[in-house]
Amino acid sequence: MEKPSASLWRKIKARYNLIGNECKNCGTRYFPPRIVCRKCGRKSKMSDFKFNGDGEIVSFTKISVPPDTFKDEAPYFVGVVKLAEGPQVEGHIIDNGGKIAIGTKVRAAFRKMYVDGDEGLIYYHYKFEPV
Amino acid sequence: MAGIVGYGAHLPIYRIKVEEIAKVWNDDASAIKNGLNISEKTVPGRDEDAATIAVEAARRAVKHAGIPATQIGAVYVGSESHPYAVKPTATIVMEAIGTGNNVMCADLEFACKAGTAGIQMAIGLVDSNMIKYGMSIGSDTSQGRPGDALEYTASAGGAAFIVGKEKNEIIANILKTISYTSDTPDFWRREGASFPTHSGRFTGEPGYFRHVINASKLLFEETGMKPSDFKYAVFHQPNGKFPTNAAKQLGFSENQIKPGLLTPIIGNTYSGSSMLGLAATLDVAKAGDMILVTSFGSGAGSDSFAIEVTENTDGKRKRIVPVSALIEKDRKYIDYSTYLKNRGSIMKT
Amino acid sequence: MYVREVAVIGVGLSRFGERWDAGLKELMAEAGLHAIEDAKITSDDVEMIYGGTMASGSFTGQEHVAALMSDQLGFKNVPAVRIENACASGGSALRLGYIAVASGIHDIVVVGGVEKMTDVTSSEATSALGGAGDQEWELFQGITFPGLYAMMARRHMHDYGTTEEQLASVAVKNHDNAFKNKYAQFHKKLTIDEVINSKMVADPLKLLDCSPISDGAAALVLAPLETARKYNDTPIKILASEQASDTLRLAERDSLTGIKATSIAAQKAYKHAKVSANDIDLAEVHDCFTIAEIMAMEDLGFYKKGEAGKAVADGETTLQSKLAINTSGGLKGCGHPVGATGVKQAVEVVWQLRGQAEGRQVKDAEIGLTHNVGGSGATAVVHIFGRSN
Repeated sequence: MEKPSASLWRKIKARYNLIGNECKNCGTRYFPPRIVCRKCGRKSKMSDFKFNGDGEIVSFTKISVPPDTFKDEAPYFVGVVKLAEGPQVEGHIIDNGGKIAIGTKVRAAFRKMYVDGDEGLIYYHYKFEPV
Repeated sequence: MAGIVGYGAHLPIYRIKVEEIAKVWNDDASAIKNGLNISEKTVPGRDEDAATIAVEAARRAVKHAGIPATQIGAVYVGSESHPYAVKPTATIVMEAIGTGNNVMCADLEFACKAGTAGIQMAIGLVDSNMIKYGMSIGSDTSQGRPGDALEYTASAGGAAFIVGKEKNEIIANILKTISYTSDTPDFWRREGASFPTHSGRFTGEPGYFRHVINASKLLFEETGMKPSDFKYAVFHQPNGKFPTNAAKQLGFSENQIKPGLLTPIIGNTYSGSSMLGLAATLDVAKAGDMILVTSFGSGAGSDSFAIEVTENTDGKRKRIVPVSALIEKDRKYIDYSTYLKNRGSIMKT
Repeated sequence: MYVREVAVIGVGLSRFGERWDAGLKELMAEAGLHAIEDAKITSDDVEMIYGGTMASGSFTGQEHVAALMSDQLGFKNVPAVRIENACASGGSALRLGYIAVASGIHDIVVVGGVEKMTDVTSSEATSALGGAGDQEWELFQGITFPGLYAMMARRHMHDYGTTEEQLASVAVKNHDNAFKNKYAQFHKKLTIDEVINSKMVADPLKLLDCSPISDGAAALVLAPLETARKYNDTPIKILASEQASDTLRLAERDSLTGIKATSIAAQKAYKHAKVSANDIDLAEVHDCFTIAEIMAMEDLGFYKKGEAGKAVADGETTLQSKLAINTSGGLKGCGHPVGATGVKQAVEVVWQLRGQAEGRQVKDAEIGLTHNVGGSGATAVVHIFGRSN
C-alpha cells in the first residue's frame, strides 16, 4: 500500500483548520485558498484567513453510491455550506441527530474523512455538524 | 508550581446499553449492571478515533484557556488506541489546533494514565521555564474483546488540559503531584494485537487498588493533607465499582467522588477516564475547593494530584462546554451490529 | 479570425450501450467510417482530426486517442489532437474543428468523440468521472457527480418547487425518444413510478434520474460551406459555436440552480447566429441527470427560471412539440459515453435537419441547438445548426 501522501500534506492547514485566504485589495475571502483573487487578478494581495467554521447549509445530499475510497462510509451526507465569514464550501455533514436541511446552522468539526485500507494513511478533515 | 489554565473534553454521541451487549452473549444484564455499576457506554462514530477526540477536546481547551494556541510549547497525547502504531497523534493535534511548528510533541502510552503522566511532564517544562504553556490530552477509543467483561465498559472519550504559570490565568493550582509505580502484569496488549488481555481478578488488588491507594496515601504524606481536606476526589474508573471502593478505603464519602464519577453512564474512557472525571469536577467546583485526582494505568502506576481551585475559575466558566452537556448532547443509541460497524470490526469487502 | 461559414457534410455514430463486442478502436471505426462514407470524401481529403475523449486512460489504459483515431480510420499522417474537456470533450472538439475551418486554416476536418466505459467497475467509473469536478475538494471528500447534481436538484426544488415527478418526467420522455432511435442504449419505456421507485443514488436523484455508463463513438466531417455541396447535397450549416467556463467547484458558483456557463455560451451563440431561443425547433441538451435538462431549458432561455420542470411534465418538449428536446433520447436514453456525447448531439441535429431521423423526425425542423456541459458546469459548449437551403 504505497500511496503518495504529499497531496494530503500540501493542503493540511486548509483541511484541518479551514484556513483559506483573503484578498487584502478587495476584501474577498476564499476557501479553499486561491492563488489569485478572482476579482483583482494581478492586483490581488492574498493573505491567510482562518474561518471560524460557523455556517449554514445551502444544499445537501445523502450519497448512497460512493466512490471506492468511501465504500465503507456510505451512505453519508455532503453539502454546500455558506460560511458566516464569506465563501461557500463543500463538506461532509455529520448526521448527529440534528436536522439536516437547507438553512440549518452548522459548525466545523474534526473527523476522519477516510482510511486507506489497513496499512495506508488516515485522512483527517474538517466536517460540518448541525448545531 | 504550574496550574491548570484551561481544559476541554469530548465524547462521541453514540451509546450502547449493557442490555444490548448482554443480549448478544446471553449474559445477565442486570447482574452486569450491578456488578460493574455501569448502564451504558460511549462508542466512537465511524469517523472518530483517538486523534479526532483529542483534537475536539484540545480545541475546547484552547478556547477555555483564552490563550493563543501559538504559545503552547508542548503537546502530549496519552492513549492506548493511537490511530497509528508509528506516526504521532500529537502532530495531528498540534496542526489542528494551530500551535505553529515551534512545539514539543510526543505520544504517550501508559495504559489508562498516559494523559496524567503528560500533565506531569508539562508541569515540569512550565516550571523550568522551558515553555509557557503545555498541553496534555488523554484520549481513547478503547478496545474490549467481544464477549469479555471489558466489552461492557471499554468506551471512547477524552479530555485536554493546558498548564501554565501566569497567576491571573490559572483556574486551579496544582499543589503537588507524585506517582506510585511498579512492574505489574495486570493488563496488556502486545504489538499488533487487536484486543488487550487482562489477568482477571488479579487486576483488582495487586493492580488497581495497590497503586491507587498507595499513590493517594503518598500524596497525603507529602502534603500533610487528609481526605477531609478535599472537597472532591477523582479516581480512575475502569468500572463504577472500583473507584467507589477505593474512595471508601481511603476515607472519602460518596458525595466527594460524585461529580467526577462518570463511568456508570459513559463507560471507561481509559486515558480519558480520570481526566474527564477531573474536568467534570472542575465544571462544578468553586474557588477554594480542593480536589484529589488519582489516575491508574495498568502495568502499573498511579499519578496523584492535589489541586486547588482559584478565583479565576468563574470568569472563564462561560467558555466551557461542560462534561454534563457533552454527556447529554445528541445522544444516539445504537445496536450491536452498528457498534461492530462503527468500530471497524465488520466492513464491506 | 472568422473568414468563412462552416458546414457539416458527414455524420456517423456507433451503436451506444454496453458494447461488450467493441473496444475503443472498434467504436471509433464504426462511427468514423460511417461519417466518411456519408460525406463522400476519401481519407486523402482529411486535413486535421480533433478527437474528444475524457478519461480513456482511466477507463481503458489507452491515451493518445486522436492519433489512434487517425491510425484506425486509415488516414495517412494526418495531424490529430485529443481534446479533453470532461463531458464536454466532444462539443469542445467540434468547436475546435469549426474554428479550424472557419479561420481558413483547414478545409476538411474530422471531429470524433469516443468513450469506452464499461470495461471498469461502476465505482471505478464513478471515481474517473469525479475527476471532472475539483478532484482536490470535491472527489477527495467523496462528493460524486450524482452528488453534485443532487445538490443542484435539492436547491432547485427548494427555490422553485420543482418536484421529483417533474424530474422523472425528463427520464420518461427521453426513454420514449430513445425507443425510436436504433443507436440508443435503452429501448425500454419508463413510467414516472419506475423512475421514482428506482434505487437512490444521491438523494433526491435515483438511478433512473442518472444517465448510464456507456460505450460509444460519434464522428462529423466539416467543410467550408462554399465547397460543401461538392461532397454532399444537404450540408448543414453551423450557425454558431460558443463556449464558456466557470469555477470547477460547484460551491463557488453564483448559483446552484443553474449553469452560468450555459447561459453565457447560449447568449453569445444566439447573437452570432442572429436567432433567438424562440427560433429553435429542436435541442439536444446535456441531460446527464434529469435536473440537468430542466436547468438547461432555463439557462438556454427556452423557459423562465423555475418553469421548466412543469413544462416537461406537461409534455411541452416532446417530438411533436414546438420545441423538441433530446430527440435522440438524450444522455439519459441514448447513453452517455462522455467523450462522444457532444459529437453525438450534433449528429442527431444534422439528421433531424436533413429529415433523416426516421421514427423520431421532428416536422419541418429548420434550426437545431446542441448543449454540452463539462463537469458540474465548469464548461458549457453551445452550437446552433441550420439548414443551408
